[in-house]
Amino acid sequence: MQTLDLTDNDQKKNQDPFLVIDGVSKVYQTARGPYTVLEDVNLTVYEGEFICVIGHSGCGKSTLLNMVAGFNRPTAGEICLKSKPILRPGPDRMVVFQNYSLLPWMSAFENVYLAVKQVYTDKSKEEKIAIAKKSLELVGLTEAMHKKPKELSGGMRQRVSIARALSIRPEVLILDEPFGALDVMTREELQEELLAIWRENRVTALMITHEIDEALFLADRIVMMSNGPAAHIAEIIDVPFARPRNRKAIADDPRYYTLRNYILEFLYNRFALADDAE
Amino acid sequence: MAAGRLSSKFTPNKIGEWFQQQAKYLVPPAIALIFLLGIWQILCSGAKPPLPPPTKVWQETQEYIWHPFFDRNYFDVNQKEKIDSPARQALKEKVTIEQGLGVKTMTSLRRVAIGYTASAIVGISLGIAIGTNAFLYRAFDPIFQVLRTIPPLAWLPIAMSAFQGVNESLKSVGLDVTEAAALFVIFVTSIWPILMNTAVGVQQVPQDYRNVSRVLRLSKIDYFITILMPSAAPYIFTGLRIAVGLSWLAIVAAEMLTGGVGIGFFIWDSYNSQKSSELILALFYIGVVGFLLDKLIYYISKFTVQSDS
Repeated sequence: MQTLDLTDNDQKKNQDPFLVIDGVSKVYQTARGPYTVLEDVNLTVYEGEFICVIGHSGCGKSTLLNMVAGFNRPTAGEICLKSKPILRPGPDRMVVFQNYSLLPWMSAFENVYLAVKQVYTDKSKEEKIAIAKKSLELVGLTEAMHKKPKELSGGMRQRVSIARALSIRPEVLILDEPFGALDVMTREELQEELLAIWRENRVTALMITHEIDEALFLADRIVMMSNGPAAHIAEIIDVPFARPRNRKAIADDPRYYTLRNYILEFLYNRFALADDAE
Repeated sequence: MAAGRLSSKFTPNKIGEWFQQQAKYLVPPAIALIFLLGIWQILCSGAKPPLPPPTKVWQETQEYIWHPFFDRNYFDVNQKEKIDSPARQALKEKVTIEQGLGVKTMTSLRRVAIGYTASAIVGISLGIAIGTNAFLYRAFDPIFQVLRTIPPLAWLPIAMSAFQGVNESLKSVGLDVTEAAALFVIFVTSIWPILMNTAVGVQQVPQDYRNVSRVLRLSKIDYFITILMPSAAPYIFTGLRIAVGLSWLAIVAAEMLTGGVGIGFFIWDSYNSQKSSELILALFYIGVVGFLLDKLIYYISKFTVQSDS
């Protein structure tokens, strides 16, 4: 497995494996026979890392993340969080969905409070309300917290979704193309906010994205997946830019374009959709 | 507005403005109505018209129009001893009808209320049961699909036979066979839309919300209350709204067949007595009441259901 190494400083992370994806395959039984979505995926995520998964549509990124979240089980192999296998979904691996998944009959506050209430069963009502309010404050929605989702813009809804996910302090934060439905400006704003909150909470984050720039801005490591069927991890890139990430500083860094082109070349040449090498 | 002055929303200006806004919704139907009445009048103004024209309907049904809630069996001083006040006695002498159409409508509506409430309770419960359980759905849905095509009146004979057999138990709850059969007809007509729409609503909980409940590990009861019911509510109310229209339809038809009381029976009776004007007025009442029932459920649903984004 090639790796492109442009790191110029040793970033000492917690070296104990936190989330381990070990030899994972996923095969679906379809009417036309077995369909292998993922084959032999191996990845070790360390605590506090921000990982972005990038790849073509249909390569199985969502399937992989669904297995980490616990919605599916692998056909072969195992996914372990802190050495315990993942069997079902849970608030320790909270998901920020692409479609926000906010309950429309509840206000933003009530949506976040629902999560807080489920997780912090031993705290008093006032404490739980305070936690929910603090999360919404972190994403800048204090004034809008009693509005219903239909009264909020797409960006605000995604903020509520992020607030809900972070309010319960999950071990792993799973984001499935969270900014996919938003315009560029809102997207960039939310990326900055997400990083700020991530810095404060140091939660381990696993995010799927299609945007190379987004991955380079947010991630510590970028996981590049080959095409389906039978997709696997083709390459993992370490992102060398110092934290806290500064968009302008990164754009001025010559390594940025090297990396960007490398990833582009990976996506569009080595694993282009119209690839007939396989 | 000067400070310290009491101001009301109902100033002449505001009311006038409101009427102007509503005008575009009120004026065209009024014009259409006048137009249609005009055509009716023209078509029925010969020597022996097939139906009485509007003018004749108006003339012949004066008492029904002005005394909709008159009931000869009601005594205002003492109901048991059948004593009336002098004013009411005078009224009873002046007016020739037995009961106003409003009273008859209320009788029919009372039956609708009982049958509809029963079908709502049973329909929603069964709908949730077959919607949440795949086996029950597969077991019962085909049977329900067949039963629901049976027209309301086709249930009447079998209901009457069945209730004939349990006449004694019915008497103990104050029902007689025809009343029970009419209630049953309403029940069995209106339950199908409620049941089916509820089942679909429960099945159509979007995957997104189910995922949220799985990640947050909501208990079954919490899932039911916070996600399932609010998500299915619009479907349930659609079923309720369709059902109320069908109930009203069913009771009018059932009363025509079983006789006795109610506005449906009044139609049949007027036909047999060749009182076409009264028949036409009764039709008008039925139409308006049906419309109001539908609007009632509509406004209740708007009040309770939060629509999706």
